[in-house]
Amino acid sequence: MTENSERRVVSVIVVNESSVLSRITDLFSARGYNITSLTVAPIPESRYSRLTIVTSGSIRVIEQITKQLHKLIPVYRVYEHADLVEKEMALVKFPVSENITDISTLCEAYNGKIVNVGDNVIIAMVADEPKRVDNFLKIIQRYNPKEIVRSGAVALER
Amino acid sequence: MQINGAQMVIEALIEEGVETIFGYPGGAIMNVYDEIYKQDKFHHILTRHEQAAVHAAEGYAKASGKVGVAMITSGPGFTNAVTGLADAYMDSIPLVVISGQVPMSLIGTDAFQEIDAVGISRSCTKHNYLVTRAADLPRVLKEAFYIAASGRPGPVHVDIPKDVTAEIAEFDYSVELDLETYKPHIKGNPRQIKKAIEAISNARRPLFYLGGGIINSNAADEVRDLVSKTGIPAVETFMARGTLSHDNKLLVGMLGMHGSYASNMAMSETDLVIALGARFDDRVTGKLSEFAKNAGVIHVDIDPASISKLVNADYPIVGDIKSVVKDMLEQVGRIDPKKYIQWRETISKFNELHPLMYHEDSDRLKPQWVIERVGELLGDSANISTDVGQHQMWTAQFYPFSRARQFISSGGLGTMGFGFPAAMGVKAASPEKISINFTGDGSILMNVQELMTAVEKKLPVINIILNNNYLGMVRQWQTLFYDKRHSETDLSVQPDFVKLAEAFGGAGYRVKTKEEFDAALKDAIKKDVVTFIEVSVERLENVLPMVPAGGSLFNMMLLGKKGDK
Repeated sequence: MTENSERRVVSVIVVNESSVLSRITDLFSARGYNITSLTVAPIPESRYSRLTIVTSGSIRVIEQITKQLHKLIPVYRVYEHADLVEKEMALVKFPVSENITDISTLCEAYNGKIVNVGDNVIIAMVADEPKRVDNFLKIIQRYNPKEIVRSGAVALER
Repeated sequence: MQINGAQMVIEALIEEGVETIFGYPGGAIMNVYDEIYKQDKFHHILTRHEQAAVHAAEGYAKASGKVGVAMITSGPGFTNAVTGLADAYMDSIPLVVISGQVPMSLIGTDAFQEIDAVGISRSCTKHNYLVTRAADLPRVLKEAFYIAASGRPGPVHVDIPKDVTAEIAEFDYSVELDLETYKPHIKGNPRQIKKAIEAISNARRPLFYLGGGIINSNAADEVRDLVSKTGIPAVETFMARGTLSHDNKLLVGMLGMHGSYASNMAMSETDLVIALGARFDDRVTGKLSEFAKNAGVIHVDIDPASISKLVNADYPIVGDIKSVVKDMLEQVGRIDPKKYIQWRETISKFNELHPLMYHEDSDRLKPQWVIERVGELLGDSANISTDVGQHQMWTAQFYPFSRARQFISSGGLGTMGFGFPAAMGVKAASPEKISINFTGDGSILMNVQELMTAVEKKLPVINIILNNNYLGMVRQWQTLFYDKRHSETDLSVQPDFVKLAEAFGGAGYRVKTKEEFDAALKDAIKKDVVTFIEVSVERLENVLPMVPAGGSLFNMMLLGKKGDK
């Protein structure tokens, strides 16, 4: 598959039952598809959960992913998003000795703030489009982040 | 009705109209076997290995069109059955396989004979369940049968912990299924069908490409009708053999790696492929970029994921073949069969140029002769199973099939050891037909223990062992592509097949000539007992034509002139 490989976001609505997540991830590994990130949480007041999977592949591969996901019995809907709002959260731990004002200002620019201040470390949070989160994480390198965690993307069709 | 989990399994099988199941008991499934002992509504066939139980259930399902059922225990019982599950998954065979599991309280503790069965079967079943309470059993079993048989059929695995089979709960099998997330698409889109008919009527060299989905959909009659009313020639895949009768003038033959010259050339020259329930498998298409290069593609399949997976479909139609072909038949008047006279002539010239044939240029019998001879003698009165290898391809090439469900073989997974147990399942499903298993000296030893089952349960399968003292198909590839280095394929050291069959209480024949073969076959049919007919055949015969793996369909290795080696 050397056709143009593009980043895609696929949302999957599944029945919230045991082993459904392994059915999805097994399918990706068995058929050689990529998972860049995957988030999952129950949909309030329903028997379903929603997964947001960031993957990459040519149009044909993405079409196959969508169809193969649909074949799984507990899968209710598969959305391959074109026009969507996409957000991702990141938490970053800095030494308390770093310039907190700078970090705080940067966070605000990326829709975030400092969420915890301890004796030795501060923890900052940003929530923004995945590309902008990439950017943020690049910029804050100079403040010696000790630990970074990203949530993976969630998305909704406009 | 308040009953325990084991009784629920029995009741569900009875409700589903199951008449025969195949299985092997063990610790975790004992409660269910206790209930099998107490009932007389269905018949249990004890195989001598769990793999054979699943293959027998596959043969039963393929011959009867019903859901096949196998029952096994936890741990090794289950892992032995995995090859059968995978085989059924690849060939879309409807099965419900029920396995015992260690009690709920022991799951995850590495208990005796514990294995994560649903974890293993997930990737080789259509769906699977671990049942955690008896109250779920009626719904789960009903869903299992429905999912196995509907849409694109496949195996469903139900894993039941031992304590769940002892637990008492309410059993009500009239529960309505609520499968909000599973709704197979049966009816084809009328607009797409109309467009497809238009494309056919505009085509000059259209070709039907018939696949195994036709047989799963019980649509062979409708497809025969469509082919004859349109006058469009048809090629069959390995899995579709028997859809059109061997004497149908419009049947070009089987296509693919060992397809006929005419079939592969027709596929290379067509301007419109009409694929019905076929999945463009690599053994069929050869090099994809050269496959039906100048043709448009109509693709009818119940599985949307099969459409445009490998070859882009210009006219995709998702639906059940039977339903779609019926809809097509209503509009068939717009197609003029006379339009394709020239195209049919072109194809018959391909056939005259390189017909499917073999040379009788050896002291030993030719394997193809044996298959043709069985066809002459038994024709429609036999169901034909095979194992996997050269004999399998020769059977697909040379047996005169005349109906759907006559040919039972492991296509997708290519499971050696499939044929004999499958032929037992076929015999159990249709006792009025002779059950033949063409096999090789390699394959037959992979489930040879089933001689015992066949003797005990009076399943008189006739195994015709085409013995070339080689793992023939691998040997053929070694000859052609590995400079004749026959690595580990020489099977000169062999059991005495006659004594082997006799040791279990079956009958054995060793055959070297045509006369001996005829006599052995006649005697075997008369004896009505499981049989080995070991036929000593030419050792170095190759399956031809052959499209080397990854090559283009029109680049075939063909049979040389008589005497050429």
